[in-house]
Amino acid sequence: MRRIISVLMENEPGALSRIIGLFSQRGYNVDSLCVAPIEDSSLSRLTITTAGDDKVIEQITKQVNKLIDVLKISDLTDGSHVERELMLIKVATRSDAVRDEVKRTVDIFRGQVVDITPRNYTIEITGTSDKLDAFIQTMSQTAEIVELSRTGVCGLARGEKAMRQ
Amino acid sequence: MEMMSGAAMVVRALKDVGVKHVFGYPGGAVLDIYDALYAQEDVQHVLVRHEQAAAHMADGYARATGQTGTVLVTSGPGATNTLTGIATAYMDSIPMVILSGQVPSVHIGEDAFQETDMVGCSRPIVKHSFLVKRAIDIPDAIAKAYYIANTGRPGPVVVDLPKDIVNIQESHPYQFPDKVQMRSYNPTIKGHMGQIKKALKALLDAKRPVLYVGGGAIACDASSLVTELAEKLHLPVTNTLMGLGAFPGDHQQCIGMLGMHGTLEANKTMHNADCILALGARFDDRVTNNVDKFCPHATIIHVDIDPASISKTVNAHIPVVGSVKSVLTQFFEQMHEINDTERKEQLADWWEQIASWRTRKCLNYASSNELIKPQQVIESLYRHTQGDAYVSSDVGQHQMFAALYYPFAKPRRWINSGGLGTMGFGLPAAMGVQFAHPDAVVCCVTGDGSIQMNIQELSTCMQYGLPVKIISLNNRALGMVRQWQDMIYKGRHSHSYMDSLPDFVKLAEAYGHVGIKVDKPEELEDAMARCFALKDKLVFMDIAVDQNEHVYPMQIKYGAMDDMRLSKTERT
Ligand SMILES: Cc1ncc(C[n+]2csc(CCOP(=O)(O)OP(=O)(O)O)c2C)c(N)n1
Ligand SMILES: [Mg+2]
Repeated sequence: MRRIISVLMENEPGALSRIIGLFSQRGYNVDSLCVAPIEDSSLSRLTITTAGDDKVIEQITKQVNKLIDVLKISDLTDGSHVERELMLIKVATRSDAVRDEVKRTVDIFRGQVVDITPRNYTIEITGTSDKLDAFIQTMSQTAEIVELSRTGVCGLARGEKAMRQ
Repeated sequence: MEMMSGAAMVVRALKDVGVKHVFGYPGGAVLDIYDALYAQEDVQHVLVRHEQAAAHMADGYARATGQTGTVLVTSGPGATNTLTGIATAYMDSIPMVILSGQVPSVHIGEDAFQETDMVGCSRPIVKHSFLVKRAIDIPDAIAKAYYIANTGRPGPVVVDLPKDIVNIQESHPYQFPDKVQMRSYNPTIKGHMGQIKKALKALLDAKRPVLYVGGGAIACDASSLVTELAEKLHLPVTNTLMGLGAFPGDHQQCIGMLGMHGTLEANKTMHNADCILALGARFDDRVTNNVDKFCPHATIIHVDIDPASISKTVNAHIPVVGSVKSVLTQFFEQMHEINDTERKEQLADWWEQIASWRTRKCLNYASSNELIKPQQVIESLYRHTQGDAYVSSDVGQHQMFAALYYPFAKPRRWINSGGLGTMGFGLPAAMGVQFAHPDAVVCCVTGDGSIQMNIQELSTCMQYGLPVKIISLNNRALGMVRQWQDMIYKGRHSHSYMDSLPDFVKLAEAYGHVGIKVDKPEELEDAMARCFALKDKLVFMDIAVDQNEHVYPMQIKYGAMDDMRLSKTERT
């Protein structure tokens, strides 16, 4: 099962490599990874999407939590949560017809065209990973995809629940 | 504030932590630190002959005392040579701090001479590591390293020190922290009361309970509490390979070691138990055999300081996170008066059952007039040391014979590489023990294969006058490998023989020690007596033992805990 795991950790050199190392060392998957400092820049928040049964996920959480740099860990998929991923995608727009169709699709998916050249559009789109997958799927039927880059999932628990120091 | 160089800070911080011994080897990146070590008496430096051995010495020192062992090595090859030693300590949760030199900060990443990414290389085998960037951070990093190494579940910590920050030409303010606190590191020591009550109820209600005690009980010095609990509740106790001595091996309630080479009674008791109280043990594959068939009737209570050890391989019904010591103390607080007669009655059938397994006398072996049996050597060693020596071992058949035939009565006496199974561990570990306890009898039970993996340390023994007694069970073979080949590979002894062994007696003599060769059973007792009479000398006992002896009992692969071979021809 797909899981989204959120980690609050010291923003120290080496901290990230310990987490990544632990995943490969113990044979856990990393499907996506998103990390940046939070408002207190001595801390970073990291979101990992991974897959595994309950036993594996329990081990992942415990092993990550055991790392000295890690303050908190939670499995967002345990409760209701908000998750988002951002994608930048460049598509070739060789004709007016393609351009129009691309623009229509972008509107339907509530994306935004953020850069234009005579040959291509660069689009920004945010949503769940499923939505981004669907967008890529749809877009690939209309235009040639030149390149794309996704941030990986980040997320927060809904409501009062929060992961703080 | 006192001003000093980074190198002086390293030595001063070691003193402030309370370090007495550092096991190390110099080289370019740590010359400043070595200079600071010169002409001071607070910290004794022990010059080894190979950095791997330095790590094992620090490890043996830590196992025997509970205090953190310290290693100092140079960058590059010096640092990488310690990796096997670090991994050994990591697997057995031994507190250790490794100070490694590093190339100057400006050259990091340039593939400079003797540069290796030590923090990277050691990452999967350390509890934590530091790459110190500024001289003024040295005291703090060292204080934290020792704090982390020896709190919670202990383990090795690397402190990597670039050469520029320890430069003896520069001066910086030195301040050692009064107290170490880390917001991201707060191990749980006390158990959860609700869980403790549940655990206690399950244990008291059980008709077929057993205590399964591991190295965690030794790490937090909980042995006397374990014994108190066992005696109060009349529980049978089995120790793991790492837990030998946590509960006295000569105690009538001790049913011996469990697992792959455990006793019949220990494995039978586990398999038939209705309640297992695991104390600082981790249900390792060398214990459980096939987890799907593991102890099908038991409610499992698992007490461990490391939450990640709980339900990792075998599901715990009642997990209790905390140190064995705190949790047992809490147990006693919660326990009502126990009626001894009733309690005995409750477990009478169970003890009767255990007694019947014991009658099989699974450790009996056939003696011989021509060949010395390895088991016999360990029994003789036990007698000649009154069962009270520190015994380190290497890895192989001799290790299992030592574990089975030397019933350790006290914790921290049995010093072996249980988790990693590192050949070459025995001699340097024994040396570390001898440094910690200069007047104690320290033996190293080893084999003709293992001893050659760190034999150079005989030279270190000479330099420091360490009277370690080396008991080498020489079977002219990589015996344990050979045993598996006999059992599983139709006796095809692929590269398990030791061709052209050196003359170990001459070798010992070449290093300035005493060597004694023993070939015949009738010579054994006298030779042992001679060996232990030479109190101030290192004695190398080269004992030719029966090459065809196997270690039994032995679990049968894919089976349950109690599916075992009892000899070459018998099985359960
Ligand atoms: C460093 C290392 N290499 C290989 C092994 C695999 N191994 C386990 S036991 C053993 C044989 C040990 O031979 P010896 O020291 O003579 O002991 P014996 O089994 O003969 O008593 C080997 C090769 C190991 N445990 N450690
Ligand atoms: Mg051998």
